[in-house]
Amino acid sequence: MDSPLDTPSDPSASDASPSRRDVLIAGATTAIASAIPLGAGAAPAAPAPMAGQVPGAAAPVRAQVLLTVNGVIREMEVDTRTSLLDLLRESLHLTGTKKGCDHGQCGACTVIVDGRRINSCLTLAVMHEGAAVTTIEGLGTPDAMHPMQAAFVKHDGYQCGYCTPGQICSAVAVVAEIRAGVPSHVTPDLTAAPLMNGEEIRERMSGNICRCGAYSNILDAITEVAERRA
Amino acid sequence: MKPFTYQRATSPAEAAAAAAATPGARFIAGGTNLLDLMKLEIEQPAHLIDVNTLGLDRIEPTADGGLKIGALVRNTDLAADERVRRDYGVLSRALVAGASGQLRNKATTAGNLLQRTRCPYFYDTAQACNKRHPGSGCAALQGISRQLAVIGVSDHCIATHPSDMAVALRALDATVETVKPDGSTRSIAMADFHRLPGDTPHIETGLESGELITAVTLPKPLGGTHAYHKVRDRASYAFALVSVAVVVQRDGSGRVAVGGVAHKPWRVEAAEAEMPRGAKAVNARLMAEARPTPANAFKVTLVERTLGAVLSEAKG
Repeated sequence: MDSPLDTPSDPSASDASPSRRDVLIAGATTAIASAIPLGAGAAPAAPAPMAGQVPGAAAPVRAQVLLTVNGVIREMEVDTRTSLLDLLRESLHLTGTKKGCDHGQCGACTVIVDGRRINSCLTLAVMHEGAAVTTIEGLGTPDAMHPMQAAFVKHDGYQCGYCTPGQICSAVAVVAEIRAGVPSHVTPDLTAAPLMNGEEIRERMSGNICRCGAYSNILDAITEVAERRA
Repeated sequence: MKPFTYQRATSPAEAAAAAAATPGARFIAGGTNLLDLMKLEIEQPAHLIDVNTLGLDRIEPTADGGLKIGALVRNTDLAADERVRRDYGVLSRALVAGASGQLRNKATTAGNLLQRTRCPYFYDTAQACNKRHPGSGCAALQGISRQLAVIGVSDHCIATHPSDMAVALRALDATVETVKPDGSTRSIAMADFHRLPGDTPHIETGLESGELITAVTLPKPLGGTHAYHKVRDRASYAFALVSVAVVVQRDGSGRVAVGGVAHKPWRVEAAEAEMPRGAKAVNARLMAEARPTPANAFKVTLVERTLGAVLSEAKG
């Protein structure tokens, strides 16, 4: 067969079986139809079983969460299992934040929550009631880039670009952390303020992996911003 | 990940009671280890009690000159606290040697103590693991054991405790404060907090069902020179092969705790009497009971050499 995409090129196939997109849309509709809102403090109600669910398995549980993403208040109902990363990407369609390893090892999912960088893959959306989340889309736009975004472009701080949103969110927070005096593994004197230098930046960026190996250009970009704003 | 119900805790005692009363309940704080394990279905809680709503995020002086660290103080904040940097440098150093900046921003003091081993056979659900599935055996014993424990091991488990912070807390003789489901509280010395694997490696601490950590208390400052050396396969963001925490006084006496070698932070008080005689003498007592595999026997020597390096650094 040719393309598995939506428009059927073979009318008989279209009549006999639903396209992949039809199935996905039907699945989404089912999920919405089975959603039961929870009152504050109420015991979680068991939603109706979903199609394809393993018999005897616990049913998905949904809960409300209200948070601010890039300055916009979002009130939503999510499966309790939803990571902050999946809420951003799948529910809000903010796909700038990337899913790399999904286990907190690569840093591609880094976002800034209440002023701090975290791995959005290793935290549940429901744990962020009232939080303020900033993603790469909230830092700047193609027409009005954040200085860190502009510096990554200028210094070619990427190759494939997949880790870049996480690198940039992390970099913005790293500069703020050094400025706030947070010590790192390479800070020589714990009782003195850490220095804004390459050694400190490299150590603090170690939670962001770049498989293309753009590290030296990433360091140049961050250094330029750090020095300019110092 | 298996579905689970979710509640936000309203008080420590209520959270402990709810945890004891709800089958399959677990506390969640930072979640950086629990969620990782839930995605792999190594952990399968039916109910999560979110304790982030409890406050417990302050660092306060105690009546006897120490510090009380709330269970929810983030690793970043503990490492950056001015009092900790000045008076308990070994703790600050251990914290910043662990994980990444993103993880330290989320990870909590209590959660760090309760994190599970990173033994690859614990993580691989196709392998036998007495910790993950009691009675199934230990694939690590005949497996790739370079990273694993060399002392305090049993025929049932050679996993290590992965924390850096806990090694420093053991050197400092910290105590863990808890509340039980009946509302009573107790203090547990770090020396007694983690267990050796024995024939029940799945039981990692002495905490009772539902018991919740509320704080970690540091005794009054020891003075001396503090240092933490971590030896690992890359320069940052990796678990320890061996780590050494020391507090050394001017007369050469002091304390030593070692990470990366056992199911708990490893400290032998009797070995500390050898400190003025140097790393070789200390190591002979500290690691006397070592039972390494051929693949990790190097760790016994590595402890001695790392300790030697730390002691020379501490002398200045």
